[in-house]
Amino acid sequence: MSDVPPRFIDADDIDRFYWTAGADGRLHLHHCDDCDRFHHPPTPVCPYCHSRAVGPAPVSGLGTVATYTINHQPFMPGFEVPFAFALVEVDEDPTIRLGTNIVNCAHDDLHIGMPVQVTFEINGEYHVPLFEPREDH
Amino acid sequence: MAEPLERQTIISGIGQSDIGRRLHRSGLDLTIEATLAAIDDAGLTVDDIDGISTYPGSGGPFGGASGAELHDALRFSLNWRDGALETSGQLGAVHKAVLAVAAGPATPGVVFRTVTEGSGKPLRAGGGGGMPAAFRYLIPYGVSSAANWIACYAQRHMHVYGTTREQLGAIAINARTNAAGNPKAIYTDPMTMDDYLHCRPISEPFGLYDCDVPCDGSTVVVVSHRDYAPDCPNPAVGVNAMGTALRGRPSWDQFDDLTTMAMRDSAASLWERTELTAADVDTAQLYDGFTWLTMAWIEALGFCGRGEGGPFVEGGHRIAPDGELPLNTWGGQLSGGRLHGFGFLHEGVLQLRHQAGDRQIAGDPEVAVVAAGGGPESGALLLTRGVS
Repeated sequence: MSDVPPRFIDADDIDRFYWTAGADGRLHLHHCDDCDRFHHPPTPVCPYCHSRAVGPAPVSGLGTVATYTINHQPFMPGFEVPFAFALVEVDEDPTIRLGTNIVNCAHDDLHIGMPVQVTFEINGEYHVPLFEPREDH
Repeated sequence: MAEPLERQTIISGIGQSDIGRRLHRSGLDLTIEATLAAIDDAGLTVDDIDGISTYPGSGGPFGGASGAELHDALRFSLNWRDGALETSGQLGAVHKAVLAVAAGPATPGVVFRTVTEGSGKPLRAGGGGGMPAAFRYLIPYGVSSAANWIACYAQRHMHVYGTTREQLGAIAINARTNAAGNPKAIYTDPMTMDDYLHCRPISEPFGLYDCDVPCDGSTVVVVSHRDYAPDCPNPAVGVNAMGTALRGRPSWDQFDDLTTMAMRDSAASLWERTELTAADVDTAQLYDGFTWLTMAWIEALGFCGRGEGGPFVEGGHRIAPDGELPLNTWGGQLSGGRLHGFGFLHEGVLQLRHQAGDRQIAGDPEVAVVAAGGGPESGALLLTRGVS
């Protein structure tokens, strides 16, 4: 019996890094080497300058809770309810929001604007990016 | 402005199957019932129909019945057919039929949406391979339901604008109250604010009564050229404008504004195609898959300012059948049943025909706005009594 939920990750060639690069402890996002901007989800072209020189690059793993929900309904087997789902704006580009679970945080303490940092859940072959309250706050 | 193409079209007929929680009838069976009713309502026969349009078509996880099934079952001979998910929401099927009728390949055509979520599988994205791109960064975090995704927007709206649960509750209570006048409605027992506030939580800030009720049922409209209006056995309903835009990202989680959705764009494009304004609207039939979506549509359509949707609906007086903006007079999807957008269209037509029976609003309504969708799925129609 696994103590992590079945996350139904459907990684493909372009976004496998998102689910695996955390093995080195760092969050990676897709980045354009030409215009130096991040974009999400990963695409084969930079949506801003249309360069093809795109690929994963490490980021700080710091962000801010843009919004969240506490889910009580067992929509998906294997996910123990209630749990927190949030959209986190990443520090490097707040227009990029990462869907994630907030962990190590009482649900009553979770709030919009909360500074968070990445932490990784080892789940089979993947290092799943989750977020938790920042240690320095 | 050149005359928008949609003005050349009317809704000449409507039909609806039986509606219920568990009818144990196939989607096709329900669709046939509604289709034949709509064609008859339009004063036409199966042989007159040369187009079929449906949302979302076959192949997806969304159930119902496919256009091909209906086509073959009634042996239609068609000049034009369409059924697809990537369109301006559920009403996209109507938008495309309107264009097909105005441009010529189909006249008239039937448009349908059938749901079998009451007795079948709920409409929900699943896990596993081949996951749609829109969901591949959401499903891994346990949020497979639109309830979760839309709850995040509602939460942000509450944070930014001070919107309250009681204000969302006014939309749910209005729907329940109105459902009492709809013999086909699923839930008709009165609901109090206390009931609403104390229902079990689903995905905060949403509780059970913020969520619509899955059901079985089929709704069909017949779209004809306006030249047919004098021959319609029922009052023709003109298509004055359609709202189809999606100017932001086609995404549930990356849209540029977390306090609105694609309805911001489809509503804007609706008003760009007409001389009418929100002040001309006599009744609004606005999607309520979740209470907050209705509030977001009210704001997007300009019935109030951005962020003012909460105070607008508070207390429910303004949106009641005798209020300034009678809203979801059939009970909406929250209490009438989740007919996936087409219940609003059906009701808008009934109200404009003055055929809504006990729930007919006063004042001889002449203009109705119908809107459906949430997230990137979004579309609207502005309808008029008589040719637009």
